[in-house]
Amino acid sequence: MEATTLQKTPPAARTIDIESMQRGPKLNMSNEDICIEVKDFNLFYGSKQALHGINMKIAKNRVTAFIGPSGCGKSTLLRCFNRMNDLIDTVSIEGKMLLDGNDINAQSVNVADLRRQVGMVFQKPNPFPKSIYENVAYGLRIQGVNDRATLDKVVESSLKGAALWDEVKDRLHESAMGMSGGQQQRLVIARAIAIEPEVLLLDEPASALDPLSTLKIEELIYELKAKYTIVIVTHNMQQAARVSDYTAFMYMGEMIEFGSTDELFTNPSKKQTEDYITGRYG
Amino acid sequence: MSNKSFSSWYKSGSPWVWLNAGAVSISLVMVVGLLLLIAVRGLGHFWPADIMSITYNDPDKESITLVAEAVETEVVSAVRLKKVGVNLPEGQVSGERHLLKVGNRDYFGLDFLWINGLWMGETTYPEDVVAIERREWGNFYGYLTTVKQQGEVVATGDEAWDELQKRLERSNGLVAQIKDIEKNEVGKINHGLEALRLQKRQHELDGLPEDSLEYSEIEQERKQWNVSYKGLQKQLADLYTALNRDQIMVAISDGREVELPLAKVIDVYRPNSMNVVEKLGFYFKEVWKFVSGEPREANTEGGIFPAIFGTVMMVMIMAVLVTPFGVVAAVYMKEYARQGPMIRLIRIAVNNLAGVPSIVYGVFGLGFFVYFLGGNIDEIFFQAKLPSPTFGQPGMLWASLTLAILTVPVVIVATEEGLSRIPRAIREGSLALGATKAETLWRTVLPMTAPAMMTGLILAVARAAGEVAPLMMVGVVKLAPALAVDNIAPYLHLDRQFMHLGFHIYDVGFQSPNVEAARPLVYATAFLLVLIIIILNMSAISIRNRLRETSKASEN
Repeated sequence: MEATTLQKTPPAARTIDIESMQRGPKLNMSNEDICIEVKDFNLFYGSKQALHGINMKIAKNRVTAFIGPSGCGKSTLLRCFNRMNDLIDTVSIEGKMLLDGNDINAQSVNVADLRRQVGMVFQKPNPFPKSIYENVAYGLRIQGVNDRATLDKVVESSLKGAALWDEVKDRLHESAMGMSGGQQQRLVIARAIAIEPEVLLLDEPASALDPLSTLKIEELIYELKAKYTIVIVTHNMQQAARVSDYTAFMYMGEMIEFGSTDELFTNPSKKQTEDYITGRYG
Repeated sequence: MSNKSFSSWYKSGSPWVWLNAGAVSISLVMVVGLLLLIAVRGLGHFWPADIMSITYNDPDKESITLVAEAVETEVVSAVRLKKVGVNLPEGQVSGERHLLKVGNRDYFGLDFLWINGLWMGETTYPEDVVAIERREWGNFYGYLTTVKQQGEVVATGDEAWDELQKRLERSNGLVAQIKDIEKNEVGKINHGLEALRLQKRQHELDGLPEDSLEYSEIEQERKQWNVSYKGLQKQLADLYTALNRDQIMVAISDGREVELPLAKVIDVYRPNSMNVVEKLGFYFKEVWKFVSGEPREANTEGGIFPAIFGTVMMVMIMAVLVTPFGVVAAVYMKEYARQGPMIRLIRIAVNNLAGVPSIVYGVFGLGFFVYFLGGNIDEIFFQAKLPSPTFGQPGMLWASLTLAILTVPVVIVATEEGLSRIPRAIREGSLALGATKAETLWRTVLPMTAPAMMTGLILAVARAAGEVAPLMMVGVVKLAPALAVDNIAPYLHLDRQFMHLGFHIYDVGFQSPNVEAARPLVYATAFLLVLIIIILNMSAISIRNRLRETSKASEN
């Protein structure tokens, strides 16, 4: 590693960054381009209903956060956006889920194509036991891209996009398993954006990381929203407040409240939301 | 007080530690002990032991001189000795008896002899006693007197030894030449003639009229082969004449002087005049001959190379067959099949398959592979050769296949185990990038499962290399005329029968006409078999470890 990469930006500078994230014009859903629309969506694990009549819209190039206590269905809902729940045999669904106006659960939809459009990052970093380079190139290789020059370009731009390039540019062909947890999580994000999805789903992306790495991921989310629509599930309400434009509060499989983050945190309309935010339960 | 300290000692868990450590040490001692036993017994055989000259005074017979190698000594009770007519002095409860290797089987009838220690007279180690390794009739011991060429004396006394060395080199060279011609060139001609015969037979089967051009072409070719065979025959006859030129005269212990044709001699040496370094050199030469040579004298002498070759090749073919088969089956069972009662039943069946006695697989292999599959293959592809079978007889391919079936449960179980250890997060990570299930399996899951597959393969190889019983039915023979690989197209002859170390041990140990001569070879062969299994396993383990390096940290 070069000496320059060892010198990191002092934490103070980063704090200012975070604060600047929270400024900006007041958001209103009616002014937004809609990316995903969920209509009367129900989900069952066998006979047990896990999601009850979800209705919501996810705005393009915004960060939407799902908060709520454990087991409230926020991850389940997130996994519906790229049909990850297909892997579970007992799951059945009702209602509609539209991506750019097209029903993602329609028979004609190719799941693999859908997942290329809707990328996902998981709670625990899950790099493949391959080199850093191959991890990032994985999605492209699946699509049959094997041209060295193209791959090199995409790997570099993706790693830069995930703010990881400077740290790993000298060891691209070393195993990804040797990286730190925070680096691995950013690698996984780089891997997801390498195939240029429309939407990026983040399932508690920072819950397994230390505070410094968490901060880096949050900065990254802020930068990524210029290009991608981001949906993030988080346990950490401060995090939701810091990074998101819209927040949905879920409880027991129902969407209790959904609105702009500023409003939901400063002036929640439901008592349950207020209780949760102020820490009275959950 | 002491009661309390006992209970606290018990609670501390140290009894368990001792028990476990004890179990481990016992296994270790047994394994090391076994290896040591077979190594010492087997490898000691090749050491050039000193040859002694003993005066043996049997009171009932004339006193005789014996020239022999000492093999072993036994203590026998006086009662047992009395039964065979030996009366020990008063008060002595046991006596020694010695096993000697006197050699010269063609002159003495027996090459091993038990003698009574009581009647042993003076023992000397004469410098000039010669041990002769022969192609037939086992070792020969005696004193070299003269070297002859076509009956004429060439050298006597001290010069004879040096003269013999020179002439021995020549005769061994000639033998190698003859063997080369007989094996390669004559073999090629035989193969060519056989091919012509088959061609002709095929034409007959196809119903070609007798006056067709094809027949005369075949006849033409046959004539050409016969001409070259005649040439070779003449060449061989000349070589044999040259080989039979020299003889040596050797005095044996009973005073006779006998003539040995040099053509029958492989090696001569004088162990009593060798120093340690020379003996060591000779020892390694003998070990090499054992490992690289072909067996002679009903497997009781010579080397075991064909058996080593057969064992290794069969295990490798088995590995090549069993790995894809087992892996594919495991992937289907774990990844694609619906996990219901049916698949549970199949899994139980697979596990039970691993417990079926191996001889049952042998019977199955003989019935299904050899007679059914092989028979049908012959009917379809080798009709011209019938009624003599090609694949319809036991052979390398069927033996490998039988062992592959025998070991496939191990590979399936290990691979399934490996597949279930791949974290779900990895699969989801790949699927989330737009990979299909098959792509995920192929690009990520299977490479990560490779170490588990190798573990299965290691277990399979370990089991297959040690298996003997089923092989006796599907391809192993006491003496195979040719290896499964040679220089005659198609170079790989999987239909051929082969030799196997495990069966060789059984054959040499229990079916041999010369028990005493065979015994050390049993140990040596056993040692070699264990060594080969260890080498095969070690190489598989090192491959697995290399695979593990690449997928490390993914197993948490």
